[in-house]
Amino acid sequence: MEYIIIIISAVFVNNILLSQFLGVCPFLGVSNKVSTAAGMSGAVIFVIAVSTLVTYLLQYYVLIPLGIEFMQTIAFILVIAALVQMVEIILKKISPSLYQALGIFLPLITTNCAVLGVALIVVTKEFTFGGEAHMLNLAEAMVYAIASAVGFGVAMVIFAGLREHLDLVNVPKVFKGAPIALITAGILALAFMGFAGLV
Amino acid sequence: MAKESTIKNMAITLTVICLVSSAILGGVYSITKDPIEMAQVAKTNSAISKVVPKFDNDPSAELFNIEVGGKSYKVYPAKMSGNIVGYAVESYTSAGFGGRINLMVGFNIDSTIVNTAVLSHNETPGLGDKMVEGKSDFSVQFKGKNPEDFKISVKKDGGDVDAITASTISSRAFCDAVNSAYKVFLECTKQNKKE
Amino acid sequence: MNFLKDISKGIIKENPTFVLILGMCPTLGTTTSALNGMGMGLATMVVLTLSNIAISLVSGQIPGKVRIPSYIVIIAAFVTVVQFVMQAYAPGLYSTLGLFIPLIVVNCIVLGRAEAFASKNGVLDSAIDGIGIGLGFTASLTVLGFVRELLGSGSVFGIKLLEGDGMLVFVLAPGAFIALGYLMVLFNKLKSRIL
Repeated sequence: MEYIIIIISAVFVNNILLSQFLGVCPFLGVSNKVSTAAGMSGAVIFVIAVSTLVTYLLQYYVLIPLGIEFMQTIAFILVIAALVQMVEIILKKISPSLYQALGIFLPLITTNCAVLGVALIVVTKEFTFGGEAHMLNLAEAMVYAIASAVGFGVAMVIFAGLREHLDLVNVPKVFKGAPIALITAGILALAFMGFAGLV
Repeated sequence: MAKESTIKNMAITLTVICLVSSAILGGVYSITKDPIEMAQVAKTNSAISKVVPKFDNDPSAELFNIEVGGKSYKVYPAKMSGNIVGYAVESYTSAGFGGRINLMVGFNIDSTIVNTAVLSHNETPGLGDKMVEGKSDFSVQFKGKNPEDFKISVKKDGGDVDAITASTISSRAFCDAVNSAYKVFLECTKQNKKE
Repeated sequence: MNFLKDISKGIIKENPTFVLILGMCPTLGTTTSALNGMGMGLATMVVLTLSNIAISLVSGQIPGKVRIPSYIVIIAAFVTVVQFVMQAYAPGLYSTLGLFIPLIVVNCIVLGRAEAFASKNGVLDSAIDGIGIGLGFTASLTVLGFVRELLGSGSVFGIKLLEGDGMLVFVLAPGAFIALGYLMVLFNKLKSRIL
């Protein structure tokens, strides 16, 4: 039951993109087509899942025992950069077709703040999920991370669908490009606010 | 411009940069460690002096813990020339919209609430964060009230508290924390009488 | 005069928010009030200037292939320094900006300037570039915070100007997107008139 609450809360209610503003750069940058948006989302889900696992273990089994929590930001971003690189190499060897689909997005993911953001949230923020406030354990952290990433994907794909239609309509010159995309995102965020109170 | 990349110089460069950065960070950390702790203590102390009657002791030095309903609470007694004039109770709730809310609630010895101060919260800016003093009149309504005859819960739930517009959950959580603090206060006075 | 030109380039011609559309996450996430926007902008400016200086000093020694990881480590070190200093001397602002302070590391503006400018230019030029772009970022965040605070809660820099609750949606997430969208429209309109 608790995991269901975590999932609904992370995917819909506290959508990482539309209510926490993490990962807005790729959200605006690579959302012109549904297919690229879906590819990007796939890569992000994969990287967030692996990097959260590694940074969570790093935080609790290395940084805290050694008393060097102040290295957190540096350590996490290094792990993420190295992981992205490794994923790229492994994918290239194991599954060339998947590499072709996700490859171009991988380098962009290092500077996607959703990845570092989720990694930091799961080790610094207390969650309630209906019960007492507590720090997440590993299983909860993983469920939360993957659900957040799926939330990112859901928002990405819906938004790309909207933008494909926007391309076909006549938008005033000063609204072209980023402005109309932002206003559309605002309306989408309004729609997602309807989920508030669900959990 | 950029040097040629060989395995050896790449490894050396990265190691040197990491070592230098961690040395700098370690230095800055040890310099700012004390000010960071002091800032937290100063925050607690200023919250205490805001929520209890005039005192001349050091409440943080006389801090004690009290268990109520299986939870432990910190209590700071305020004394004037040796006599207790009030208690500041560090209360909390997990029922906030954004999770945990830490609250300092001060009581007069006659069990009226002197004032409240939010220590930390994760409520929505512009909505739930109006519980912080100065952002709206929400917290003012608790001043000088006695929980005996002023029911600490929002009007929607049959209480006497005007909730923050569009933030019933945050308002409820705030009331919850104040109620826990009141229970702690009652426990304090009970123990005090026994002594 | 050249110095002034370099600074002003960051504010109008190469404004990171309105023209380059970089660093959207903190732009949208922290501008619930003018003061928060300004604080975030200044914190980013400090990191940007320091990392520009450091990177222009060392970039000649870094092999091409480990360029990006090296820059990220340098930037992360400065971000953590800023984080500690804020925690010690501006704890209130730090707790409001929260997660977005460590996330300066992945702000595309900082890495972008390191790669595109600081690695190819002298120390003084890089420092000026950092200050200019940083000021541009601060200006845009302050303006966006100003608009959202005014429309959303009817106040400016915490001072209540209009009666009533304001249009709450502007303080919440959707309002951030919409306000920034319309501000960009305004910016484009004004720019097309001037140039």
